[in-house]
Amino acid sequence: MRDAIADLVRDGDTVAIEGFTHLISFAAGHEIIRQRKRDLTLARLTPDLIYDQMIAGGVARKLIFSWLGNPGVGGLGAIRRRIETGEPAHLEIEEYSHFGMVGRYTAGASNLPFFPLRSYFETDMPVANPLIREIESPYGDGKVYAVPPLKPDVTIVHAQRADAHGNTQVWGLLGCQKEAAFAADRVIVVVEELVDEAVIRADPNRTIIPGLIVDAVVVEPYGAHPSYVQGAYDRDNRFYLDWDAITRDEATTQEWLNSWVYGLDDRGAYLEKLGADRIAGLRPGSAPSGSVDYGDYR
Amino acid sequence: MSEVVPVGAAGFSKSEMMIVAAARELAGQRVCFVGVGLPNIAVNLAKRTVAPDLELVYEAGVFGAEPARLPLSIGDPTIVTGSIAVVSMYELFSFYLQGGLVDVGFLGAAQIDRFGNINTTVIGDYAHPKTRLPGSGGACEIAINARQIFVIMRQSARSFVERIDFRTSAGNLGGAEKAERIRREQGWLGRGPSVVVTDLGIWHFDENGEMRLDSLHPGATLDEVRATIGWDPHVAPSVAVTPAPSREELRLIREELDPGGTYTK
Repeated sequence: MRDAIADLVRDGDTVAIEGFTHLISFAAGHEIIRQRKRDLTLARLTPDLIYDQMIAGGVARKLIFSWLGNPGVGGLGAIRRRIETGEPAHLEIEEYSHFGMVGRYTAGASNLPFFPLRSYFETDMPVANPLIREIESPYGDGKVYAVPPLKPDVTIVHAQRADAHGNTQVWGLLGCQKEAAFAADRVIVVVEELVDEAVIRADPNRTIIPGLIVDAVVVEPYGAHPSYVQGAYDRDNRFYLDWDAITRDEATTQEWLNSWVYGLDDRGAYLEKLGADRIAGLRPGSAPSGSVDYGDYR
Repeated sequence: MSEVVPVGAAGFSKSEMMIVAAARELAGQRVCFVGVGLPNIAVNLAKRTVAPDLELVYEAGVFGAEPARLPLSIGDPTIVTGSIAVVSMYELFSFYLQGGLVDVGFLGAAQIDRFGNINTTVIGDYAHPKTRLPGSGGACEIAINARQIFVIMRQSARSFVERIDFRTSAGNLGGAEKAERIRREQGWLGRGPSVVVTDLGIWHFDENGEMRLDSLHPGATLDEVRATIGWDPHVAPSVAVTPAPSREELRLIREELDPGGTYTK
């Protein structure tokens, strides 16, 4: 992870760590904080705890998003303070709706100049963000709104498994990781498990990102904690609740970063500090899929 | 439904009454897009009571969810296991929502006005907000593309306001006449808000597109309603009393859906 972040994430980059509630790469986010990257533009539909931590860590000058909160719990104090008071640092924001953000990645991935959608009519969203623009259908059947393409310099996704080439498979919520990865110049995939290429080829319908567009594969089991990985571990809701109190105050936020990010060398140290019992308690019961037969055609 | 618990005997909280009343509104509906927070528990209660065939759609990219526990958020793994389909968010918003397959969009709100326009973005000025709220998420497009909108929120002078600080999601705009014209001209699929359920009562929308109080929850008074609203409300000529929660509705909330009391305290 240290090498992947050092080589592929540069000061001033636009970085997208995607994963909608599911598969959020906290491990990569923490490494970016640890390496004290600066002036990043962070893009993500739901900034979640990881961007609250990264913005508290001073890595970003700008945030592009569509829903700002601690899902199911409350607010993100570090980001809110910066928006509401400009303290301890100013944070620029660029705001869309979920569909707008998904459309931006889709246009970025497809090399299109904009993405059209039926949203934003009669709202203040285009006033708050002039990049959301009304356009006439070229076929004369009314108006829609357009959002511009988003092409991150780096997209980082967490997944259940990949092979050494970066061929990546996910099950459970798919979010917009595929769109964000294809839109990006560089892609880092972080996985629970590295598997043989034969495992990928035995179930090609599950592949969301081909190794063709992947620059680095990092093996980091439990790297999405405290978010979850379908079938492997549940969300550590205790942490999401704890964060609600930590993030209310800048000093406690910085103390947390000192003891859980700056004070640790890597993800291994984080897991050791967390303790095996805490992790074991997040293991779900089993619900395997049936398997399908792809057929052998020679 | 089983027998009704009289007020003051077994007792129930205002929040429980609000969730139960909201769930009952979903009877007969087929496809519901579930918003974050209170809508999540109301829709999950409806699925277990008045609307067992309701297809739950979550913006995280799930159609036909069968959550075994109350999802902690709208991206909880329990909405995936046993669902009909997991789709990308692109598919969800493009084909399911914008394609016109959603009957009810169920939203929460921080501020609402008499015409059902919703603010979930900021309190105060956008550039220098007094309080920064979460923002749209999917609400902005749900409000336009779902066939109708249900809202669940607690009533207070701060939330039921004459003027919302920011219009995140369109309701009946400045009134029914303008709203209908714009929906027609711009080809919106939805007809906008149809019900607002609060901790005090149930509001529908009159011919002017304005909220009308049709039912008061047991124990709630008109004085209480007027003290928690920023305009002179339209009250139906004969206001009904919302039937109290049944034992089974309360059991489901307390034992299955929200044993920690997150939504119901």
